Amino acid sequence: MKDYQAGYIKLALPKGRFLSPTASLLDEIGLGFQDYSDKTKQYRLRSARFPGLSAKILQEKDISIQVAVGNYDLGICGLDWIEEFLVKYPAGAVVKISSLNYGEGDIHVVASAQSGIAKLDDLSDGKNDYRIVTEYPNLAEALALNLRMRRFRIFPVWGAAEAYPPENADLAVLWGKSGADMATQGLISLRRLLPVTAFLIANRESLENKDLSQILACFSSKLATGTQNSTESKLNTLKAIKVSRPSRQPKEINLALPDGHQQAPTAQFLRRAGLNLQGYSEEVLNRRPSADLDWLGIKVIRPQDMPLQVANGNFDLAITGEDWLREHLCRFPSSPVKKLFPLGFGSVKIVAAVSHEMPVENIDELRALVQGSTDRSKTPLKVASEYINIADKYLRDNHIDPYKLIPTWGASEAFLPEDADMLIDNVQTGKTIKQHKLKIVDVLFRSCACLIANSDAIGTSFEKKEKLEFLTQKLREGLK
Amino acid sequence: MKNQKCKGMQDLLPEDMLRFRRIEDVFRSCCRDWGYQEVKTPTLEYLHLFTATGTLSPSMLSKVYSFLDWDGWSGERVVLRPDGTIPVARLYINNLSEHELARLFYVTNIFAFEGTGKEKRERWQCGAEFFGGTRFAPDVEVILLAQEVIRRLGLNNIALQLSHAGLVAALLKDLKLSPGEEAKMTDRILEGNWQALTKAKSTTPEIERLVAALLGLKGKSSNFLHNVRASFPKASREFKSSLEDLINVTTLLDDLGCSYEIDIAAIHGFEYYTGICFQLLAGRKKIGGGGRYDRLVPLMNGEDIPACGFALYMEPIMELLPPKKEKRGECGILVQGKELTSEIIKTCFTLAESLRDAGYPAELDFTGREGPDYRWVILVSGKKPSPFMLTDCVQGRQRDVASMAEIVEVVSEG
Repeated sequence: MKDYQAGYIKLALPKGRFLSPTASLLDEIGLGFQDYSDKTKQYRLRSARFPGLSAKILQEKDISIQVAVGNYDLGICGLDWIEEFLVKYPAGAVVKISSLNYGEGDIHVVASAQSGIAKLDDLSDGKNDYRIVTEYPNLAEALALNLRMRRFRIFPVWGAAEAYPPENADLAVLWGKSGADMATQGLISLRRLLPVTAFLIANRESLENKDLSQILACFSSKLATGTQNSTESKLNTLKAIKVSRPSRQPKEINLALPDGHQQAPTAQFLRRAGLNLQGYSEEVLNRRPSADLDWLGIKVIRPQDMPLQVANGNFDLAITGEDWLREHLCRFPSSPVKKLFPLGFGSVKIVAAVSHEMPVENIDELRALVQGSTDRSKTPLKVASEYINIADKYLRDNHIDPYKLIPTWGASEAFLPEDADMLIDNVQTGKTIKQHKLKIVDVLFRSCACLIANSDAIGTSFEKKEKLEFLTQKLREGLK
Repeated sequence: MKNQKCKGMQDLLPEDMLRFRRIEDVFRSCCRDWGYQEVKTPTLEYLHLFTATGTLSPSMLSKVYSFLDWDGWSGERVVLRPDGTIPVARLYINNLSEHELARLFYVTNIFAFEGTGKEKRERWQCGAEFFGGTRFAPDVEVILLAQEVIRRLGLNNIALQLSHAGLVAALLKDLKLSPGEEAKMTDRILEGNWQALTKAKSTTPEIERLVAALLGLKGKSSNFLHNVRASFPKASREFKSSLEDLINVTTLLDDLGCSYEIDIAAIHGFEYYTGICFQLLAGRKKIGGGGRYDRLVPLMNGEDIPACGFALYMEPIMELLPPKKEKRGECGILVQGKELTSEIIKTCFTLAESLRDAGYPAELDFTGREGPDYRWVILVSGKKPSPFMLTDCVQGRQRDVASMAEIVEVVSEG
């Protein structure tokens, strides 16, 4: 490689599902990074072979955006996230270089086997209001418009889209390994939207102005030469697949429980409260656990998605974090969701933090720094956060001006200091903050798990009210 | 940081506003003369208002500015008004549908994302809609009303092009496509890609002949259409009835001495139109368009009310109007205070008020600037016996005046 300065070429590499195949590919083509493995605690990587090449490990969802805004010249991520970006921003500065020929499954439009929806075309002229739940809201909106759906609502979720139909959504746009795999969850694929393969992407301007040839040449041995896998759907074969059709009676009271970090402490809490569940414990996760109360329906979804779901009456009660409730109320101030009581576990602090090197100790000094910038073309303070509405309100209330929000899907610390100046995120112990040479300039609030309810639903029938009271009382006992 | 305006948005400066108001004034006055009443609809509407009819193309809908309102937890999106007609149809259905006839007009902005940076994302239009009534006469009425606005604005060489959405719909039906394919084909035609019609799978020789004829359908009289009708005796009932409709309107226009060009393929973007559609062109630039949309009101759950209308596009018309300086010379008066004492300022305000009361625009100045644009300049010194000096900017004469009453008298004598 020519004598480029260190970090001349920046590559964004995926966490998660594509990490190990991408690491193998990079090793194979001579672009391997020593610390690019599942176990790494590093975000920043240097290439031993090409001093000019540096890489950062990011959440896959962030990669196309980060490449588009020019923070990275090249990136590797799934086609699903690239298309999710490009369908909304067709003029976005992302160029698809090539498929890397690994990946699994497809993005499907699915309905519940119980719903009676058999064909997508059936949805075009109906007068129904279709609820579409998805991690890909842009793809879902484009689909609804292209089908000329008369009326639809899109519920973006952080995950577990497969748990929503049929009770809480009519359709879901989601990743599925195979038709058979989805059938076991009681879902029928109505259309395969796109295959989920890893792609190499580039920033348009970098392609025009930078010499990326040596890096691209390494990939060229692996770049797809033949045609792409045909995207023609082979849904006909699905007819042979036996779709599980469990009969699901609507339940009188619906409760949402969290997956992820909150699952283990929630399971312990429920046990303390004397609520016996099958399919929800420290080890076991069934999206639809059952309780020994026949009127109680339970689903396990992401805690981030609960307030919106409770607001819409899909659940009467949910266990989520106070942080996500507040995030929801910042976005929808008149939402009917309210906190019933805190549960005392899952305690975190929501903090604002900056790089060690930034010469500020608190938010007032930061404001002075941003405002006092003598540069006429004041550059906005870039703030990375997974709580975009909390962050937006916090920055507005503190008169930080100008600022730019970078929505993230967790791990905001990876963005500092190159791609963001500040983060607003939760911390448990503060270890991560120290590890990444960051310092806390403000604590926004403390948050722990809490029980939430819909205040409109509380005024329903006497019997339902009685059951709700019974259940909340039972949960209160877990506090003791 | 520079205070930039949002991409694709526009500032209208005083000179732009003079042209803007001129168009608006002429449009309002013409509409009132024809018995139309002005309405305004909100900037925000629900997205489903525009998706519910199934008539707007996905490519148009993918450019709307839609978002969740502060109480949008139900997922119900709102949009910045992307179209002028559909909100007025909603207003009619909600409030005025007990009237058999409603003639409504509006001046409004519409919003659509535009990525190339060549077009604006906020545009203004003057629109008129005719709800109810029988066929032909309202079609001709809206065409003539649009023409009158153009004429009264003094615009020359504006061409009127006619087409008929029913002809295209009849042809699509003959192709016997699946609903999905038909929607896609419609979208392509809406985007102006008529050649797609010739590539449809299920064409027969007769349909191919019809398509070719349709694409080449260009003429300047109803007689031309009579000949077309005679050469396609086997065309479908729908096709014939649409052609008949077009013949009826063109015959009326011929009788009224209104010239036009028929060009079926020249018109795209008709979206919800079902019958006659027309566009107004200055050279190749579209400055307005309209047509009949009989299915829109019923599709929006209104009664089975036929309707038609048109809109004139502000921006291209403004470009056609010569820029005009604001003429203050004819009657404008500048009242200047010689010094900044409270006595003189008070006198200036009082004088300007009595001038305005007498019907003369009067502007105040305490900076001593020159005012060549004015008809009269009055210098207020407040010194007796003649506290005012009146300059006649046209005659180039100056005189001392003793009282405000005398000034009003001199000014009114000219």
